[in-house]
Amino acid sequence: MAFEGLSERLQGTIQRIKGKGKVSEADVKEMMREVRFALIEADVNLKVVKEFVKKVSERAVGVDVMQSLTPGQQVVKIVKDELTTLMGGEQSKIEFSAKQPTVIMMVGLQGAGKTTTTGKLASLLRKKHNRKPLMVAADVYRPAAIQQLETIGKQLSLPVFSKGTDISPVEIARQAIEYAKQEHMDTVLIDTAGRLHVDENLMQELKDIRALKEPDEIFLVVDAMTGQDAVNVAQSFNEALGITGVVLTKLDGDTRGGAALSIRSVTEKPIKFVGMGEKMDALEAFYPERMASRILGMGDMLSLIEKAQSNVDEEKARELEEKFRTSSFTFDDFLDQMTQVKQMGPLDEILKMLPGANKIKGLENAKVDESQMGRVEAIIRSMTKQEKITPEIINSNRRKRIAKGSGTSIQDVNRLLKQFEDMKKMMKQMSGMNQKGKKKMSMPGLDSLFK
Amino acid sequence: MSFFKKLKDKFAGNPEAEESTEKYKEGLTKTRTGFTSKINDLVAKYRKVDEDFFEELEDILLQADVGFDTVMELMDQLRYEVQRKNVKDTSTVQSVISEKLVEIYQAGEEEINELKFADDLTVILFVGVNGVGKTTTIAKLAHRLKNEGKSVLLAAGDTFRAGAIEQLDIWGQRVGVDVIKQSEGSDPAAVMYDAVRAAKSRGVDVLICDTAGRLQNKVNLMNELEKVYRVISREIPGAPHEVLLALDATTGQNALVQAQMFKEATDVTGIVLTKLDGTAKGGIVLAIRSKLNIPVKFVGLGEQMDDLQPFDPQKYVYGLFAEGLDKEEETENAEADK
Repeated sequence: MAFEGLSERLQGTIQRIKGKGKVSEADVKEMMREVRFALIEADVNLKVVKEFVKKVSERAVGVDVMQSLTPGQQVVKIVKDELTTLMGGEQSKIEFSAKQPTVIMMVGLQGAGKTTTTGKLASLLRKKHNRKPLMVAADVYRPAAIQQLETIGKQLSLPVFSKGTDISPVEIARQAIEYAKQEHMDTVLIDTAGRLHVDENLMQELKDIRALKEPDEIFLVVDAMTGQDAVNVAQSFNEALGITGVVLTKLDGDTRGGAALSIRSVTEKPIKFVGMGEKMDALEAFYPERMASRILGMGDMLSLIEKAQSNVDEEKARELEEKFRTSSFTFDDFLDQMTQVKQMGPLDEILKMLPGANKIKGLENAKVDESQMGRVEAIIRSMTKQEKITPEIINSNRRKRIAKGSGTSIQDVNRLLKQFEDMKKMMKQMSGMNQKGKKKMSMPGLDSLFK
Repeated sequence: MSFFKKLKDKFAGNPEAEESTEKYKEGLTKTRTGFTSKINDLVAKYRKVDEDFFEELEDILLQADVGFDTVMELMDQLRYEVQRKNVKDTSTVQSVISEKLVEIYQAGEEEINELKFADDLTVILFVGVNGVGKTTTIAKLAHRLKNEGKSVLLAAGDTFRAGAIEQLDIWGQRVGVDVIKQSEGSDPAAVMYDAVRAAKSRGVDVLICDTAGRLQNKVNLMNELEKVYRVISREIPGAPHEVLLALDATTGQNALVQAQMFKEATDVTGIVLTKLDGTAKGGIVLAIRSKLNIPVKFVGLGEQMDDLQPFDPQKYVYGLFAEGLDKEEETENAEADK
């Protein structure tokens, strides 16, 4: 059910204008229709879409098709560039106060993820900025909100300031700031109660907390899945409180996250962080360009490349390539490579980042079974050194032993041996064909393991 | 008699229906100001039904999260109706629009909006993404069922999120129902097993099961949910009798994907649309109704315990256009006075 990306949407139009010298105004108009569809399906606010389309149309008319052999790609590039600029161009850093302590207020609607994000942010500030954070439990309304923050504090071994639910949030915040000064904690993160933005009383409470000591940052926490309403949410919080930045949560889902664009263009406040998972370290800096690709459904190649770079050992890659060529690839190498792939994160998430991945039929339902990988690992680890290097010696007795040792069946062992043989054959062919080819980090036959 | 008048007359004289209609009217205040008033303005702006009128109407619907495909279908149908009935005047269009809306909401069987109860123990499983309001909705539903004279037991199946068990526990105390729980981090399927056993031995009428919020693209977590479902159905054949997907009314087009993925994992039988009072949009209900065959069973119209109301398309549309109706009455009365 995943939506088509912009590139796919533009295919039809592009087919027709191929061979033309210039993109005409009518062509652009038609392409912009597709751009509009794509943005609306990504939940970008309609008003923002209209302005944006107008701006891009002006730039796209008269693009030299001869110069760019792929006019469609050219348009996509213009759209993406403009989108990136609109989302703030460069990424934005967090502000700290010269005078201790720095106060950060977390505000937002119910269920956006304020409490979880407070924990993640505190952890990030300690790790990356060397700060001593104090988390303040100022949500006295939602049942067990305080326990939630306290539990998170325990998990992270970070202090949480709480005074129960009988004291007003404003008083809790005041005492917390005092306490932080005494204890020389340099950053105070105040977790406030969630609200529907219609609620005047709660909004007043936020203003009162703000009045205690002008916060250095007021972060609006927004669910990335929010629809057209995102604009109203951001606007009313910004008007009432003057937010300084936005944290976009639950971006590890499969939403396009058009809300990001709407919020940015309406409030002109930067998106500073994005929540990328349920674990406490899953808060990342925001990259406008990646978000632009995502909204357009173009896949997140940059993140993927970065993930690969930070996890794959260059040296090993070269060794491996050598082995491919000389066909001296052993089960040890196989295991090595599997570990590297694993390090990049859950496989289904990696797949998701591939451009066009949402177009491949059935991939959205492809359940990458990581336990299967575990089984393969167990089988290989049950082999002797000699067996790993020369698998030809594995006879039926050895197979029985390996199956027993790895807790799998003989059929499993057989299948793996067969796949390994196939892989080696394929590698031989490939390296024969591709002597001067680029360095390949792919693992031929890996996918057959998951079938 | 106009369409609205018919609607209102239907609820009049039945105090229970009138009370819940009031709730709809109140809970949809924001939607009225955000969505309906725009349609009213549009009707006032254009006297004649022409292409410009339709184009602007299209924009209003898109802004309400109705989604591209559904809007296009709806517009086609409206154009057809307008032509068929030979409507020239924009004010009549409004009534055509609301009729169409009721039609979409009502598509399928009529009674399906109600919860299905088993003869002895009924198990209701709640699923959904993070932060949509599952736990709070469970408390409201428990309150509702208890008032109907049923004995209720809750299962604290969200063993992942910090403080989730405590949250359900506090709600349980407020509502006055017991909560079956284990410690944080324990296997949710084990909690369900315990809860089903406890529900059987205590002979309660309804067991409502909470689960941890999960994004629908997390394969492992969806597998876990399937396991929870399996454990329940193994203990009681035919259970869970209802699998309710909680959806945040402010969610955009991703709600469609959510509904589909959760349906695959747990055979969702109904949707609870939460936080409807907080949004000026809520058009996603329309998209879900027209694209997926899952009925909306409840709507959350406010923060009070009794603000969880069974979904009734007619009351909903009445709530949307209530002001228009009141105006219509005024003019009628004024004319009668003359």
